Amino acid sequence: MHPARSTLRGALTTTAVALLAVAVGCAPQSEDKASDTSSPASCAEGDLATEVSGKLTIATDEPAYEPWFKDGKPAGGEGFESAVAYAVAKQLGYDKGDVVWQSVPFNKAFAPGEKTFDFDINQVSISDERKKAVDFSSGYYDVRQAVVALKGSKAAGAKSVADLKNVKLGAQVGTTSLDYIDDVVKPTEDPAAYAKNDQAKSALKNGQVDAIVVDLPTAFYITAAEVTDARIVGQFENQGGTPEQFGLVLDKGSALTSCVTDAVDALREDGSLAAIEKQWLSDAVDAPVLK
Amino acid sequence: MTFAKEESGGDTGGDPAEEDAHDPYVPSRRRIERERHRRSRARRATAIAALSTLVTAVVLYLVVVNAPGWPRTKETFFDAQYAREAFPKVLEGLWLNVRLLLVCGVAVLVLGMLIAVARTLRGPVFFPLRALAAAYTDFFRGLPLIINLMIVVLGVPALRLQGITVDPVLLGGTALTLTYSAYVAEVFRAGIESVHPSQRAAARSLGLSNRQALRYVVLPQAVRRQVPPLLNDLVSLQKDTGLVSIGGAVDAVRAADIIVGRSLNYTPYIVAGLVFVALTIPMTRFTDWVTARMDRRRAQGGTI
Repeated sequence: MHPARSTLRGALTTTAVALLAVAVGCAPQSEDKASDTSSPASCAEGDLATEVSGKLTIATDEPAYEPWFKDGKPAGGEGFESAVAYAVAKQLGYDKGDVVWQSVPFNKAFAPGEKTFDFDINQVSISDERKKAVDFSSGYYDVRQAVVALKGSKAAGAKSVADLKNVKLGAQVGTTSLDYIDDVVKPTEDPAAYAKNDQAKSALKNGQVDAIVVDLPTAFYITAAEVTDARIVGQFENQGGTPEQFGLVLDKGSALTSCVTDAVDALREDGSLAAIEKQWLSDAVDAPVLK
Repeated sequence: MTFAKEESGGDTGGDPAEEDAHDPYVPSRRRIERERHRRSRARRATAIAALSTLVTAVVLYLVVVNAPGWPRTKETFFDAQYAREAFPKVLEGLWLNVRLLLVCGVAVLVLGMLIAVARTLRGPVFFPLRALAAAYTDFFRGLPLIINLMIVVLGVPALRLQGITVDPVLLGGTALTLTYSAYVAEVFRAGIESVHPSQRAAARSLGLSNRQALRYVVLPQAVRRQVPPLLNDLVSLQKDTGLVSIGGAVDAVRAADIIVGRSLNYTPYIVAGLVFVALTIPMTRFTDWVTARMDRRRAQGGTI
């Protein structure tokens, strides 16, 4: 019986040690991140509790697409979102040199846990459902969703949403584009869902789908530069009457949310956002609306 | 086991006191004593195992629940409402995984066997066939599956060949079959080569042709020996079927992806993960059982 008893004792000792280790070592450290979104004393530089003191860390996905980022380089200040990011930084009192870019995949930006960036700019549409997971700044761009089809395909001649019922549609996962297909078009065939827009573009080129749904600026870029034998069939009306907006993504309960929101609001009021939009998305004139 | 009674060490688990007219066997006192002792030892072992499992579970639970980020994690990964929403869609996607597994599984076994046989053919005349088969296995075992899928699913339709499908599921299934048949061919080949040469020699000396020796003597032994690694590859294939979603097809994981993207809540991933595990467990258990049975046949005696 000795061996068994010593095993038992060993097990109990191990357990006790483990429990002690838990009690001592893993004592919950309070997450002292000002979880109330009350504004700090001021939003001037130096008062902001950024990730890296004195720097503003901005995240976006890689690859970064035109027309949002020119040549895939967010740090260039060229492209709509790059320009917006630097304008927000300037509004918060950070020079171009104080902005640090970080590559964070779309999905990773919303995972709970310690964020490594101050805010993320990645064409993320604001929705109430998403607000449960992250904080958003106010919207910096009113976005419309558009349908792109190859010229001469059966989707290219569509005049209304009803004309798209019987075509094979595709969109990127995690985008509102996919929601528009499911909620507005309600096609007879299940839509194809792609991990990246690049794959959606390939599928469109290869004829694996009849049409893809993307946001309007992307649609203009695709038809102008990437898939030149495609055309914009039209754009969807806003769902529920409220315009869909892109917002900057911050950690849930981030202390910066109110300051960043103020910065975006100020840029909208003084016309900066409109000017940036005109500069980078100027050819995004209107496409016919699909009723 | 009719001879269990002569086996002094055989732990039959049956009631030794059981007697019938045709069997005048009465276990000795010593044997009864020994079996009683064994049973009590087994009971104690079970009790200790249960206790230590319970303690481990409690410790893990406390570590997780007392973690500072637990409330956030809980609502992000374990939200019943999203689980309910995701479950039917994930199951719908899973049907695609299962269909792919069945069709690709059969195709992989057939193709893998053909390649393995081609690689083990004897005779100088078959050299080109052997070389081709070797090149095939080398290439497709080395090529990352994801790249293989990209090339087949997105590249082949770009050729715009008449009569070639552009369906991402068919193309994805083809890519899976290419990669996995290379793996399985190697498994079969190892099995064929592990059959002792004397078996072939004996078959040939009995007047069987080379082909008959392979068909009736070598392959049956080779396949039976390779069942565990084959089932391993099958379980692995089952999880990789999800990669056909590269082409836009909605499988279980992609169905979860869609809800995650909309809501930024990760619960659907957990649901999809559990569904896959639930599908894999019977297969792995079966694999373990087959392996254990073969081990028992090969090695007599118990664990020490």
